[in-house]
Amino acid sequence: MNTKKPFESIVAEHGATVLRVCRAVVGFDDADDAWSETFISAMKAYPTLPDDANIQAWLVTIAHRKAIDIIRVQKRIAIPVDVVPDQPSSLGVPATADTEIWDHVKTVPQKQRQVIAYHYLAGLPYLEIAEILGGTTDAARRAASDGIKSLRKTFAGTHSKGASE
Amino acid sequence: MNTDTTGDQEISDLLAHSALPSTEMMERLHRRLEESAQQAGILDIAYTTIDTPVGTLLLAATERGLLRVAYESEDFDKVLDTLGTKVSRRILKAPKRLDAAAFEVEEYFDRRRKTFDLNLDLSLSSGFRRLVQKHLPEIGYGMTQSYKQVATIVGNPNAVRAVGTACGTNPLPIVVPCHRVLRTDGTLGGYIGGLAAKTALLEMEAAA
Repeated sequence: MNTKKPFESIVAEHGATVLRVCRAVVGFDDADDAWSETFISAMKAYPTLPDDANIQAWLVTIAHRKAIDIIRVQKRIAIPVDVVPDQPSSLGVPATADTEIWDHVKTVPQKQRQVIAYHYLAGLPYLEIAEILGGTTDAARRAASDGIKSLRKTFAGTHSKGASE
Repeated sequence: MNTDTTGDQEISDLLAHSALPSTEMMERLHRRLEESAQQAGILDIAYTTIDTPVGTLLLAATERGLLRVAYESEDFDKVLDTLGTKVSRRILKAPKRLDAAAFEVEEYFDRRRKTFDLNLDLSLSSGFRRLVQKHLPEIGYGMTQSYKQVATIVGNPNAVRAVGTACGTNPLPIVVPCHRVLRTDGTLGGYIGGLAAKTALLEMEAAA
């Protein structure tokens, strides 16, 4: 039923959500490229998409693959860090809590970041996230919970620091 | 433990409600998509809307040419849905492909253009309807013919009603001038854009 819609409606309905997912997974700077590659690829495949497909899950699946390609390139360019240090963030005073959260998301390990994006931003259930990432539903749920915990830790770190001064 | 859970909830709420990308940002990405879809050869249908004296019009084109002109009263969403079903769902609002058509329609309403010089994609009509629609541009600017005359010219004098149907289902009103076909007694007959639009077009052409 959904696929009967012109592709323009798909872009209008899901474009912003997919961009937020891309920002969370590949970072702000590369999000535009990830978004563009996702939608051109989706438009190519659109005519053959089954009528009962879940459009949002389908787009996130494509975005996931495009993001992995981009992360691979990022890793080749960036200085490799094995373990993301678990410590209070040294980020400056951000303008709003809204923009601040993205800076924190960047510090969370890749898999946790992906699960957080797909679950909290795209609203996908863990079952579908497990299908996208591989692995079990429980593992996806655990990764989300770990991600939220570390996010809370860095977030609370900067916040309590700000509040106490 | 309680405070932990509350904190997690706050973070997930913050994520879920964090600011959406700006409209400007989304428009920029949309334009980029229009360009790359065109380059990749997958922009099957491009469309835009333009303001005219007879209301907002939708213009849609394939690579082959102008495919559809629609009046707002036809409901643009419905028109696009139908194009999606009949032609292709790879549809984007991509005004660039419609630049020439939009320009000529504007000239027409400014009374600076009497015939359209555009590539047309006639794939939405076939058979007798297409035959009639192909004849319509031969009715000159400011002239009219009756449904019966048109039936005779296309070689089927008894097909008056079918000519009416062909005019009523013209996918390219204005550009293919079905508004120049009237009843034998000179009354308007029907029009896809409504009788007010038909009158406005005929009066504009008569005044020129």
